[in-house]
Amino acid sequence: MRVALFVPCYVDQLWPRVGLATVSVLERLGVEVVFPDEQTCCGQPLANAGFADAAAPLARRFLEIFSGFDAVVCPSGSCTSMVRNHYDPFLAGRPGFETLKRGTYELCEFLVDVLGVKALDGRFPHRVGLHQSCHGLRELGLGTPSELLLPRSNKVGGLLSSLSGIELVPLARADECCGFGGTFAVAEEAVSCLMGKDRLADHARAGAEVVTGTDVSCLMHLDGLARREQVPLRFLHVAELLSEALS
Amino acid sequence: MSAGPREALGHPVRAARFAADEARAHWHDQALWFVREKRDRAAALVPDWERLRDAAAAIRAHTQGRLAAYLEEFERNAIARGAVVHWARDAAEHNDIVHRILSGHGVRRVAKSKSMLTEECGLNPFLEARGIEVVDTDLGERIVQLAGEPPSHIIFPAIHRKREEIGELFHAKLGTPAGLADPKALTEAARVHLRERFMSADAGMTGVNFAVAETGGIVVCTNEGNADMGTHLPRLHVASMGVEKVVPRLADLAVFLRLLARSATGQPVTTYTSHFHGPIDGGELHVVVVDNGRSEILADAEARRSLTCIRCGACMNTCPVFRRSGGYSYEYVVPGPIGALLAASRDPRAHASLPFASTLCGSCDDVCPVKVDLHHELLLRRRDLARAAILPRSKRLSMSLLGWILAHRATYEAAGRILRLLLRRLPRAILYGAWNVWGRRRELPEPPAESFRETWRRTRGAGHG
Repeated sequence: MRVALFVPCYVDQLWPRVGLATVSVLERLGVEVVFPDEQTCCGQPLANAGFADAAAPLARRFLEIFSGFDAVVCPSGSCTSMVRNHYDPFLAGRPGFETLKRGTYELCEFLVDVLGVKALDGRFPHRVGLHQSCHGLRELGLGTPSELLLPRSNKVGGLLSSLSGIELVPLARADECCGFGGTFAVAEEAVSCLMGKDRLADHARAGAEVVTGTDVSCLMHLDGLARREQVPLRFLHVAELLSEALS
Repeated sequence: MSAGPREALGHPVRAARFAADEARAHWHDQALWFVREKRDRAAALVPDWERLRDAAAAIRAHTQGRLAAYLEEFERNAIARGAVVHWARDAAEHNDIVHRILSGHGVRRVAKSKSMLTEECGLNPFLEARGIEVVDTDLGERIVQLAGEPPSHIIFPAIHRKREEIGELFHAKLGTPAGLADPKALTEAARVHLRERFMSADAGMTGVNFAVAETGGIVVCTNEGNADMGTHLPRLHVASMGVEKVVPRLADLAVFLRLLARSATGQPVTTYTSHFHGPIDGGELHVVVVDNGRSEILADAEARRSLTCIRCGACMNTCPVFRRSGGYSYEYVVPGPIGALLAASRDPRAHASLPFASTLCGSCDDVCPVKVDLHHELLLRRRDLARAAILPRSKRLSMSLLGWILAHRATYEAAGRILRLLLRRLPRAILYGAWNVWGRRRELPEPPAESFRETWRRTRGAGHG
């Protein structure tokens, strides 16, 4: 299977190790990874700030660059959701769009739903807090949000708990938002930081050593707060954690 | 959409003020999270909760499509039961109608149970300026009324007040002993005080939770029985309702009442669900049906779902922003996610910051008993604000520039390199200067020397361009 790697712009520029870890996990599972070099950004920062019209050219560009692969895999629930759930106003009816929409996956989702991975042969002997980023959880359905009265499922948690030695710590608020929220992190700085600090406290109280999640954006916010407050938590994107566990 | 005054300060400033008292914001957050958890437990006891939500959303959508017909059916049946039905185009008409009814009966004092619509219309000050005393009889509403404040939450109007503060307020206004802060004793004091007001009221006013087209009856849900207390003694009952409150059939209440109380407070049912079918013997029942901008929202296909709201407040209780910014930070009669939508639909310019008072986490969508896609609609309101050029010019320019950079790979790469270089090289004093809002309470990420694609090209040897 040949997949195109979609590396969100901020991951490309600031967290290259997350992109590399994604490649390493995919290749370890026998997937051929291609990185279309013309890619930049899916347009989410613009669209979420209200500038949908400025995001439209980026969506068209995305379709052009990422057409023709078996699948597109991305180490971000939020950017994946942009393509799957928010591209319609820009691209509906264009050739290849439906295929692209259906074929774009967040990394864990790709492992579970496409590769059919039920358990990973890896080891990660740490207490881990899972931060369930909102767009992955509620827009992609990576798990059952706590609000819904439906059978519980959790794709990311399932993969993690299959690792030997890992202990997923129970949080008081299983899926509360961390307060990143894109431009919200700056525009509503006070509330954003308060939300983040509450998440940190929850993970710390639960005894987590490592906090992981599907989106670097949330982790960058939490990590920034933790470093300032000197909270001794380690932040690893789920690709980094899996890559470390598998090696 | 009207082009009202520009927003003076915006949600971020008001929210930051609330959040600055971290202990208090934390307490507010915990109080509402407690309600959210209670809601979760109550919902879990209903088999097929999610199907119930689907049914409610379907009934609401159906009703919206035939709203005029159902309203007329309601009017016919209400009149047949002896009620008088009035139609008010806007808040001013509503207030005039209510005032005319009350003054026509020589009313001096009104006992009013909870009604967000009368808040929306500014009825209390309107009547008081004309010599009619309005006593809010819902305990929370009475507290904020005594304090001279608007409600900060549609279900818990005084949720922002600690019991000690309510004790002080009651000491000043009701003469309770100084330092009394026991909720039970305070409630008892309020009850005695309100009892006297109920006895001496010349008219009762209520809101309307549901108006049933098929029967012409109206339904009011309270936990304190104050709607009944307020309307059983006086001969005159005036009920105000928004046009969206109508449901087609009596049987539909089986769906909505099960959802409403559980979503609002986590109770299986509100303590009092009062059905009014015409006036009491020898009395009068007036129902004032109010539009006040609702038709305009109804005409907007992208916004109309916000009108299906049953005012349970669940979106406020679950909203991580609301819990930490307080109801007043919205400066609108209905706060929280649903309030942000309604406010931005009503007057986008005056409430331009509200659609941004959200991380778009989507929790509100998932608790909403009628499945309003709140976070998606907030995103659409943002888009509308940008298209109407209501957002600041600086934001427009920076977003256009960002869009242009991101559309050109080589420029994007160059910008990324400069950004990483600056992050690495700038002295901390400059990097964390006043301009850096992110860095006030957070460290910036530690920039890598190479971007992902640079490493990829170097190690995988792929050419580019």
